[in-house]
Amino acid sequence: MPKPASSGKAGPQPANPAQLILDGRIAANEWRLLPQTDEEAGITAESLAPGKVILPYSLWQPLRSALAPRKAEIGVWLDSDETADLIGKNAGELPLIAVHFPAFADGRGFTTARLLRERYGYQGELRAVGAFMRDQLTYLRRCGFNAFAYEGEQPLSGLLESLNDFSESYQAAVDQPQPLFRRRGLV
Amino acid sequence: MYRYDERDHTIIQERVAQFRSQTERYLAGELSEEQFLPLRLQNGLYIQRLAPMLRIAVPYGLLNSAQLRRLARISRDFDKGYAHFTTRQNLQFNWPQLEDVPDILAELAEVEMHAVQTSGNCIRNTTSDPFAGVARDEIADPRPYCELIRQWSTFHPEFAFLPRKFKIAVSGSEADRAAIRVHDIGVQIVRRGDEIGFQVLVGGGQGRTPVIAEQIRDFLPEEDLLSYLEAIVRVYNQLGRRDNKYKARIKILVKALGAEEFGRRVEREWEQIKDGADKLTDEALAWAKSFFTAPEYKTFDGAASDTALRAQADDDKAFSRWLERNSFPHRVPGYRAITLSTKPTGVPPGDVTDRQLEAIADLADEYSFGEVRVTHEQNVVLADVPQDRLLELWQAARKHGFATPNIGTLTDMICCPGGDYCSLANAKSIPVAEAIQRRFDDLDYLYDLGDLDLNISGCMNACGHHHVGHIGILGVDKKGEEFYQVQLGGSSSENASLAKVLGPSFSRAEVTEVIGKILDIYLEQRRPEEPFIDTYNRIGLQPFKEKVYAKAS
Repeated sequence: MPKPASSGKAGPQPANPAQLILDGRIAANEWRLLPQTDEEAGITAESLAPGKVILPYSLWQPLRSALAPRKAEIGVWLDSDETADLIGKNAGELPLIAVHFPAFADGRGFTTARLLRERYGYQGELRAVGAFMRDQLTYLRRCGFNAFAYEGEQPLSGLLESLNDFSESYQAAVDQPQPLFRRRGLV
Repeated sequence: MYRYDERDHTIIQERVAQFRSQTERYLAGELSEEQFLPLRLQNGLYIQRLAPMLRIAVPYGLLNSAQLRRLARISRDFDKGYAHFTTRQNLQFNWPQLEDVPDILAELAEVEMHAVQTSGNCIRNTTSDPFAGVARDEIADPRPYCELIRQWSTFHPEFAFLPRKFKIAVSGSEADRAAIRVHDIGVQIVRRGDEIGFQVLVGGGQGRTPVIAEQIRDFLPEEDLLSYLEAIVRVYNQLGRRDNKYKARIKILVKALGAEEFGRRVEREWEQIKDGADKLTDEALAWAKSFFTAPEYKTFDGAASDTALRAQADDDKAFSRWLERNSFPHRVPGYRAITLSTKPTGVPPGDVTDRQLEAIADLADEYSFGEVRVTHEQNVVLADVPQDRLLELWQAARKHGFATPNIGTLTDMICCPGGDYCSLANAKSIPVAEAIQRRFDDLDYLYDLGDLDLNISGCMNACGHHHVGHIGILGVDKKGEEFYQVQLGGSSSENASLAKVLGPSFSRAEVTEVIGKILDIYLEQRRPEEPFIDTYNRIGLQPFKEKVYAKAS
């Protein structure tokens, strides 16, 4: 359930690696991600350094209108207990939304991604950040992520292989809006 | 039964390749134990007390003879020649080598089988009535819906990392033989006028907090099955607790919100997706149903067939006993469904050898259109046997050890593998089952007791369904010693109830005597024809308690 937008966060914070996988290729990370810490919580629209930056939702939410002139370089990240409807229809004004996986077993972000894409029509970069693992890439991609800021130890080249572990799927998702039962050569 | 097309084969073969790579990376040290854990679990692979355990999916319990023969071969080539039928209508191997698992999966894929989602925090194998398609009281055959659910849930990208495991069961009859009220979602097929639909229950389950599911929808139209399930699981994925694995099941969320509020949230979610791509088309429903059409039954004169069978039974008491307990009425005149008992005294319930698996395949080919069903009581059903061949089948089944005439009786117990195999167990369960079978092996006595579910679990995870046994036995650990708690009054039927604890637990040596005393009270107190559970519901726990805990005078 949504948590109050307080500063300070005890849980793990997403890292911001120099490289990532973007649209199926290894690319340089052009964004700076601010963790949810007391230090960052003091930031104001005026004190926010220039350049592309990903703000925690709790920071972005109050600064949203003040940062409107810079919106092409302001992204937001949602923690695993922050649901897609917090951004909802405002998703369209964001060039980047990141979803945090504090642990790979915390699967709430899969739902968040699907809802952002399917319900709120989000078209921009949707980035997985945090402790997800290589073997989840197909699922993440199918739920709508097109960017993966991987924190683990394996080389990104190995990860590219796992993006398409499956070439076919039974159920509808972001990558395949028709479930297999509608595609089986039926009328 | 459902047959794979090219796309199903592609998906399962890609899974084999994926798991082969994962196993190699794990063995090479590239995947940590912690990372490999959920991957292997979602492939049915446990690390157990003695060796890995591999759980193979048997969707809604249905198997054909080619699959049985392949399972036999796998048990011979990769295991010790044994397999175990589980309470989720699956099958387990207890001694495979980790390195061999990718090869086992490749062998399974050749016969349209797999180990997908037989464990882990994902949607598990859907279970159903072993008499699906043949039961006289059936509203509609549940198997087409089960297969649609199987496909929808297989590698569902959004729901592979849920707060906890997630189990769905579907019943097509009013008499519930699929235990839907102790599942995360229970789907009851109902008819309203000409329309088929579903009553939907949520939040049931066993384990350390047993709960009977509550209804959140009275009638869901047939075409909305998948979108509604998606809405339920989505709400659970977002709101289910993740801080404590014992409080992460959907039953805890449903209790916390109240079934009404939970249902409202599901409806709100469902409103948004109900007309989307998951809505089942007429073509899709017809296609799913096309796999579960009736086999080519012969036409019999039902009355004549019944008379002939009665004459055979009159001639042979043993055959008559077997017919009485191990056969089930069939909707087609001249046919019956037969349960092969895996529970002769001295064999762990559900255990079969490789040769027995092959024998089951032969019996299926010879007598029942080449198919069988695994039951959640760990037996095997031949669903379509012509009555004029029952005598012959009985003789053949006897030869292979499957004709113990005890179905539905005290000795047809559900029993988890317990401390002999399972690393979670607090106590052994197989020796308890065996002691009870030895003590109560008199058939006349068993038949006099009538229908009686006795369920044994070696720990509070309740794999042996002790909460819903008329008599439930739970292994508990007290300072390193094994004790057994006895519970009474559970039921997994349409009148589902949870058993109540009788009182302080007993040593293993005391268990059979305690069961004997409980049965004595029942026999004293019952009204004519009254089953154990009804007597218990009428007289309550107290008389049993008094007798069992009476001080010797």
